[in-house]
Amino acid sequence: MSDRALPTMRHAPESRVVRARSVLASVPDPEIPVLSVLDLGIVREIEELADGTLRIAISPTYTGCPATATIRADVAAALQGAGLAPLRIVDALSPPWTSDWISEQGRRKLREFGIAPPGKVAAEPAPILCPLCGSTDTERISEFGSTPCKALHRCRACREPFDRFKCI
Amino acid sequence: MNAAPTDAVRGAAPGPLFEYLLRIGDTGLVLAQRLGEWVGHAPAIEEDLGLANTALDLLGQARMLLSYAAEIEGRSRTEDDLAFLREESEYRNATLAEMPNGDFGDTIARQFLLDAYQVPLYERLAGSRDTRLAAIAAKALKESRYHLRYSSGWLVRLGDGTEESHARAQAALERLWPYTGELFDADETDRQALADGIAPDPAELHADWSARVDVVLTEATLARPPESRYRWYGKRGRHSEHFGHLLAELQFLQRSHPGARW
Repeated sequence: MSDRALPTMRHAPESRVVRARSVLASVPDPEIPVLSVLDLGIVREIEELADGTLRIAISPTYTGCPATATIRADVAAALQGAGLAPLRIVDALSPPWTSDWISEQGRRKLREFGIAPPGKVAAEPAPILCPLCGSTDTERISEFGSTPCKALHRCRACREPFDRFKCI
Repeated sequence: MNAAPTDAVRGAAPGPLFEYLLRIGDTGLVLAQRLGEWVGHAPAIEEDLGLANTALDLLGQARMLLSYAAEIEGRSRTEDDLAFLREESEYRNATLAEMPNGDFGDTIARQFLLDAYQVPLYERLAGSRDTRLAAIAAKALKESRYHLRYSSGWLVRLGDGTEESHARAQAALERLWPYTGELFDADETDRQALADGIAPDPAELHADWSARVDVVLTEATLARPPESRYRWYGKRGRHSEHFGHLLAELQFLQRSHPGARW
């Protein structure tokens, strides 16, 4: 990527990057709209290049996730709408995204939305709490769920099924 | 990169990296197509979701690999041109991936044998000298490990399940086992990719695959089938009789409505 080689501006670019960050804090994930793209940990870099382009590096969660293209378009539209163009949105494949990058705020929002947040990868397997009643008496129904990033579980205490964000 | 690809067939561009990307990319693409055939037909909604999600991951991986292959080729083809508009002999997938779905036991056995291959493959490709392939592999590895957990779990449940499920799982393994030889049988492309630091040594890969497979087969109370001397070579463009039918469905829309887009 030739754009990586361009030096970043050293003087007073902060405000544009900071503004971009605050705009992205309100761009929702299309599949789980309680989470912003920042909560999800997929925005890896925001920088202003020497030629004035704002470069945003986004890491896909799953390689086949159909939301990836929508996310790029939503990010571009939001930043353009805030007058932050010209933009360049690039894929950041390495290092690969991990559910560990979901913010603490993101984990709280997931729980409130009824989705059990992922544990930390290094701490797996850990007890899974029902996001509805808080019981640890839960079981996995399926390794996979309604989107590539979720699995299906069930609470034996309150009898409700729930999604859990996969831990990868 | 200047060695002549002696096993390349009509239509392929020279170069071991291009050939190698097609091999692993096409294996994912074709397996995803097979798994997609289960949508709406799996034994339970959870397995419908499981097989479809696995297919989606494999398709995502294939897109990255085929996009890269198209760039390397430098003939202005795209990932879609490669996926939808090649002739049968130009696909380089492992023959195992194109085997028909059969019953759920056949599908799980095929999936397990290929997942147990992709995990050690991507572990090694993550250290490839080709940094783009290494990045794709590191990403794909996380997904493949998840797939292997799923297919191993099912193979154990079927093998160590009822008399009927055990018999069907054993029969599926025996039907599919002869197609695993191709995965590790090094030819000129494999040797050149190894020499260039692009890809791992197939013999080393075989030892790793074999050890992983044995652990799960033991837990599943299934017997490891004997090795077959016969070889299929989907990876050189010589496919089984099932492949044309698969392509007819995969390519129908793009052939009938050239350039159609969502």
